[in-house]
Amino acid sequence: MQWLNVILQGVLIGGLYAMFAAGLSLIFGVMRLVNIAHGDLIVLAAYVSLMVTQSLGVGPLTSLLLVVPVMALVGYLLQRLLLNRTLGDDLLPPLLVTFGLSIIIQNGLLELFTADSRKLQAGAIEVHTVQLVQGVWIGVLPLIQFIVAVAVVAGLQLLFYRTALGRAFRATSDDQAVAQLMGLDTRHIFAMAMALSLAVVAIAGVFLAVRANFDPAIGPARLIFGFEAVIIGGLGSMWGTLLGGIILGVSQAIGAQIDPGWQLLAGHIVFLVILALRPQGLFPKVSG
Amino acid sequence: MPDALLEVRGIDAFYGDFQALFGVSLTIEAGQVAAVIGANGAGKSTLLKSIAGLMRPQHGDIRFDGASITGLSAFEVVAHGIALVPEGRRLFPSLTVEENLLIGGQSRRGGPWSLTRVYQLFPALEERRRLPATALSGGQQQMAAIGRALMSNPRLLLCDEISLGLAPIVIRDIYSQLPKIVGEGLSLIIVEQDIVQALKAANRVYCLQEGRVALEGAARELTRDAIAAAYFGV
Repeated sequence: MQWLNVILQGVLIGGLYAMFAAGLSLIFGVMRLVNIAHGDLIVLAAYVSLMVTQSLGVGPLTSLLLVVPVMALVGYLLQRLLLNRTLGDDLLPPLLVTFGLSIIIQNGLLELFTADSRKLQAGAIEVHTVQLVQGVWIGVLPLIQFIVAVAVVAGLQLLFYRTALGRAFRATSDDQAVAQLMGLDTRHIFAMAMALSLAVVAIAGVFLAVRANFDPAIGPARLIFGFEAVIIGGLGSMWGTLLGGIILGVSQAIGAQIDPGWQLLAGHIVFLVILALRPQGLFPKVSG
Repeated sequence: MPDALLEVRGIDAFYGDFQALFGVSLTIEAGQVAAVIGANGAGKSTLLKSIAGLMRPQHGDIRFDGASITGLSAFEVVAHGIALVPEGRRLFPSLTVEENLLIGGQSRRGGPWSLTRVYQLFPALEERRRLPATALSGGQQQMAAIGRALMSNPRLLLCDEISLGLAPIVIRDIYSQLPKIVGEGLSLIIVEQDIVQALKAANRVYCLQEGRVALEGAARELTRDAIAAAYFGV
């Protein structure tokens, strides 16, 4: 029963990792851009939510109504004004620029909010639990977080395969020059992809900040979790990314159960084992 | 002189330091089919890419329907009504056949061409509309690429080497559909290495040689010897 509990908690936290990963996977898929600042943008979203909750007096989940559009706008402008200029045949310039962006965001947040740990208060819902089976209780908030993660992944999957925007994303990913011949402004398509990525980042950031303490320096570790979930699941598959997040979460939970010091190590080891045995990930996109 | 639909005036185009086009001029009137022929590396594809906005000519002017389109991006040129069927077809492998066609209509220009009309023109595509574009044969891929370009309802269609790598019977099949396309009021520029095919389809011929127009004239007035001379530069 204790192990069932451990695995369940791991699955629930895996949903959060999947949300870290989904935005990362989306922009890599569409424009081959590896966003080193992804984790710091998650933390930025947490601080935006902190400001919204403090100034408007609303709860963190309600603040999403404002944080998601704000972050999406940040994403659109970031891509349009900065990152589009770095894209080309060379993968290095966007890598360096987002690395610089990561440092700027971390230090900017440090200046504005100091290094103090913060947490978003969601109120009574934080301690509500439901009993799943005899002796196994799960928190309502982690459950909501997991359901939202599944909904985000399902929503992205639908958007990619059932809408004109998704079609434009896939076409641009296949062949930028021909996408332009179809009348698609690839600069706009890329900016839309980044906006979508940061909308997901906003949701992930708020749930992260409700779940645990955050400070300006925790971004890079979230980036690593996101990368690991993407690679375990296989690039280009949204459901694979969800599974990647769950595998990472469960590995960490089991590691922590054996010895609290092994939590992160266990996650990294499982990631490395999967990378060694199946470098394409568990569910790679079927190549055309 | 009747109003020209497309007027290319003295364009120079470069790949880095290499100059691919030297002062090339070309005029197409509405409803006309022009063939651009020439040996490998003569600049045929470069000319089409410059018109379609995939390359920016360094000198010269391109006017379409009275407005200058020089230096516009490819997605803006499409909105003016010029569509390119790229060399090697270049369908989107992650999209189904139907999605490839739909994305061609993304620019939402009005006109006679729709999914239904494209399927009427190429019935083989309708049977396979749910398949990935990569599952089509070479000829069907070429039909899909032409259909995809038609979906934007262009007034000028640029076809780059549509016979490349296809069996003669398939080439004949595809070329037999071109009059139907022109019948809808389109103008066509065909780039071909297959001179016989190009001369049969076209009213007007431009022969490029090393980036310059070596010969131009009405298709029926040019002699084989003149074309051979312009083609090989002998």
